[in-house]
Amino acid sequence: MAEHKTKYDRQLRIWGEQGQAALEKASICLLNCGPTGSETLKNLVLGGIGSITIVDGSKVEEGDLGNNFMVDESCIGQSKAKCVCSFLQELNDAVKAKFIEENPEELIKTNPSFFSQFTLVVATQLVEESMVKLDIICREANVMLIFARSYGLTGFVRISVKEHTVIESKPDHFLDDLRLNNPWPELTRFTETIDINVPDPVVHKHTPYVIILIKMADEWAKSHGGCLPATRDEKREFKEMIKSRMIAIDEDNYKEAIDASFKVFAPRGISSSLLHVINDPSAEVTSNSSDFWIMVAALKEFINNEGGGEAPLEGSIPDMTSSTELYVNLQKIYQAKAESDMLIVEQRVRDILKKIGRDTNSISKTKIKSFCKNARKLAVCRYRLLEDEFNSPVQPELQKYLTDDDYSIAVGFYVLLRAVDRFVTNFNSFPGQFEGVMDEDISRLKATAVGLLNDLGCNSSTLTEDLINEMCRYGAAELHAVSAFVGGIASQEIIKLITRQFIPMSGTFIFNGIDHKSQLLML
Amino acid sequence: MAKQISCSRSRDLDKLLLRSGNLVGPTFDPGTDLRNDLQEYAKVLVVGAGGLGCELLKDLAFSGFKNLEVIDMDRIDVSNLNRQFLFRFHDVGKPKAEVAAERVMERVNGVNIVPHFCRIEDKELDFYNDFSIIALGLDSVEARSYINSVVCSFLEYDADDNPREETIKPMVDGGTEGFKGHARVIMPGITPCFECTIWLFPPQVKFPLCTLAETPRTAAHCIEYAHLIKWDEVHDGKTFDPDDPEHMQWIYSEAVKRAELFGIPGVTYTLTQGVVKNIIPAIASTNAIISAACALETLKIASGCSKTLSNYLTYNGVDGLHTKVTEFEKDKDCLVCGPGILIELDTTISLKKFIDQLEDHPKLLLSRVSVSYRGKNLYMQAPAVLEEMTRSNLDKPLHELMDKCPKDIVHVTGAAGKSGSKQSCLRKLRVVFKVNDGVIDMDVANGA
Repeated sequence: MAEHKTKYDRQLRIWGEQGQAALEKASICLLNCGPTGSETLKNLVLGGIGSITIVDGSKVEEGDLGNNFMVDESCIGQSKAKCVCSFLQELNDAVKAKFIEENPEELIKTNPSFFSQFTLVVATQLVEESMVKLDIICREANVMLIFARSYGLTGFVRISVKEHTVIESKPDHFLDDLRLNNPWPELTRFTETIDINVPDPVVHKHTPYVIILIKMADEWAKSHGGCLPATRDEKREFKEMIKSRMIAIDEDNYKEAIDASFKVFAPRGISSSLLHVINDPSAEVTSNSSDFWIMVAALKEFINNEGGGEAPLEGSIPDMTSSTELYVNLQKIYQAKAESDMLIVEQRVRDILKKIGRDTNSISKTKIKSFCKNARKLAVCRYRLLEDEFNSPVQPELQKYLTDDDYSIAVGFYVLLRAVDRFVTNFNSFPGQFEGVMDEDISRLKATAVGLLNDLGCNSSTLTEDLINEMCRYGAAELHAVSAFVGGIASQEIIKLITRQFIPMSGTFIFNGIDHKSQLLML
Repeated sequence: MAKQISCSRSRDLDKLLLRSGNLVGPTFDPGTDLRNDLQEYAKVLVVGAGGLGCELLKDLAFSGFKNLEVIDMDRIDVSNLNRQFLFRFHDVGKPKAEVAAERVMERVNGVNIVPHFCRIEDKELDFYNDFSIIALGLDSVEARSYINSVVCSFLEYDADDNPREETIKPMVDGGTEGFKGHARVIMPGITPCFECTIWLFPPQVKFPLCTLAETPRTAAHCIEYAHLIKWDEVHDGKTFDPDDPEHMQWIYSEAVKRAELFGIPGVTYTLTQGVVKNIIPAIASTNAIISAACALETLKIASGCSKTLSNYLTYNGVDGLHTKVTEFEKDKDCLVCGPGILIELDTTISLKKFIDQLEDHPKLLLSRVSVSYRGKNLYMQAPAVLEEMTRSNLDKPLHELMDKCPKDIVHVTGAAGKSGSKQSCLRKLRVVFKVNDGVIDMDVANGA
């Protein structure tokens, strides 16, 4: 156990014991174990994923030794799935590693129920037809799915999950929840017990900025008909007012107050993104609703009633210049309010559960507590079915990408990555896969891509000859460095999906290995 | 037969190296010669054999390079195993560079990796000059800064202050923290060097000692109190060793006591380690992404098979997925990659006096200075043998030691910065000797 903790220390600091436990419970299925798939799994196995099942029907060839670290000389002629599996097992004996020697495309066709046993399927190097089929299978079975593909100096990663909800989104920079523009009675009362105009310089410079700002805001409101500073001039005047109360130039707490004064000017109430979440149709709960949406329903009630337009208080405060005593007392006041807000939400959760006929204790207090603490940062991600995207991409977005210079290579690759799959259907090989027919392949790929663009209702002139040539030059090569990049991204997104922490990517990530101007396309 | 095997093995890479394209670098000359040159002549140094270094070695070995070297002073620790995939439990305690080199050679046939288990400062400058490209997989600003100054010291400028192409040694640098990272290409003299954009790495925030001593508010304050104040008070002269578990345990229990005294929540053993050792969270996936970008750029620089990253890629996977390329500008007055600081001297000045001047020079503030000229050590602070050998030069005029050359580049190494935060560095100086009352004309100087 101690060893487990030490070994995973650097990642436990990111996703904690809970995130780690989720990873250790997860079972992952990989389709095709070329370098893209192998590198994806490698990153997960090192991190202690529960189990992996590798599906690949091919044998190791000489060429595989030039791009896949998981196979070596002794593997030639053997099952690739078996060889990759045994190397990955070597990386971490806590992981249950299995392999199935079978062609994934066959498996998709003949045994769709196979996939329902997994937490997540990662499908690499599949052509469009198989992707579309697998997507429908996994969507119905409620299994998370992620596609990854490396192709020359390009590639893509695409998540396909009906709905992914995140409580612990852990954003990097998020405005703290201090309510300086809207203090609750206990905080106001506490502030009133403190005299910020004390003559003692040591006490004066150790009054936390939270108290200074609440006092100043109150003072301002009294002389401005109850309003807080709103215009640029008023804001400047407010800062000047704070500055005028300094009694020495080294008072860090006052400098912090001036820097934090924007927190007083911030509008009250919830953000537009939270508003979006509580107004989501799923917040109208039924007996089939998930715990997340039941808690959102309770949150919505809280905001509209006890919260007075605000979410439950987060309860933590940032470090600030202060005496220890004032800081600790202030912390307790914030925590107490967070606790009482949480109890109200909890009661509402229990009431809702009762109303929809579920066990009132089926959502734990710990979960509700975490939900309340993160209420301002909730995230809901939804992904279109691949089939829908392919048949009817979001036109305004597509048009924007086709005409925007920043997107021209990325959207070109998007179209060409689809075109090469049509190409393979028509000509039984990828463009440029074999020597000697390059010129022919270039004109065929061009015709295919133009046809595809026409099907999508787009002007085909946007696709450059250079990029079409480039795509043929790649000849479906799976370069190791590109695979490591694409696989790295796929594994990182998988970690986010499984731990339910942080926010997974949306849209389709198109890797641009030419100048690294990769893009997310929201189609 | 052998040739055929190698052809088949480079099945995928050949597409990129043997075929022409329009979106490629200006020097790209596809063909088997290019592939062979990469294998035979290109020599890449990987600095660091940690999370990035392990990935870099593997990625480079699969990107057509056969001659690799790796330098790292660390030994393998259990906490490395969640991402440094070349290491196993039974390797714990062994030198990273050696194990990493061996593992990659075992699996990738034909690649040769020379490990160097030592500090980067232990190597002669010539060691670094021997590589075509240097790839950095480091986690410290100081180490990056040092390698950067070494690589920039090779850079020479012509009479018009344009960099001489043959002296440009490309560097590729990667860095990660949690779900975030960066990859960049440095072409000294052309694109910004590490020092030009040092502001990208803001200094670590340190707590004021008075906060720790008088008004602690957070768990970290209590830990740093035990670490920076209490330890020295209690342990007379004994230095704190962050790798000694007993020492760490002591800090932890002292921090707990202090936190209880002030009613501060949150001191844990994990946090104590994190604060004291300034642990940066690290995971396999981010390292894989950043290293792959670096290896791909290394291949592109060496072969011209595609355009080069220009010049700084950031990756952030915290909230969705964001990648961004920024083209930073070179700082014309950069002390490290610029043409060098101009120092005007009298022909009579002794080496000793010259060294003293550098200590007071406002842009240098160098102490413990060693001086070398055209690869020759004029004065060395260490090791003792070299110091003794070169000591007699101190009283000689620098002009004579430089063979009476009127204007030339002199390299100095030493410790720079204010007391307390000194770091070793290398600076390039343009020394010009004054004759009578004027500087010697440049053209005449070149003819000498």
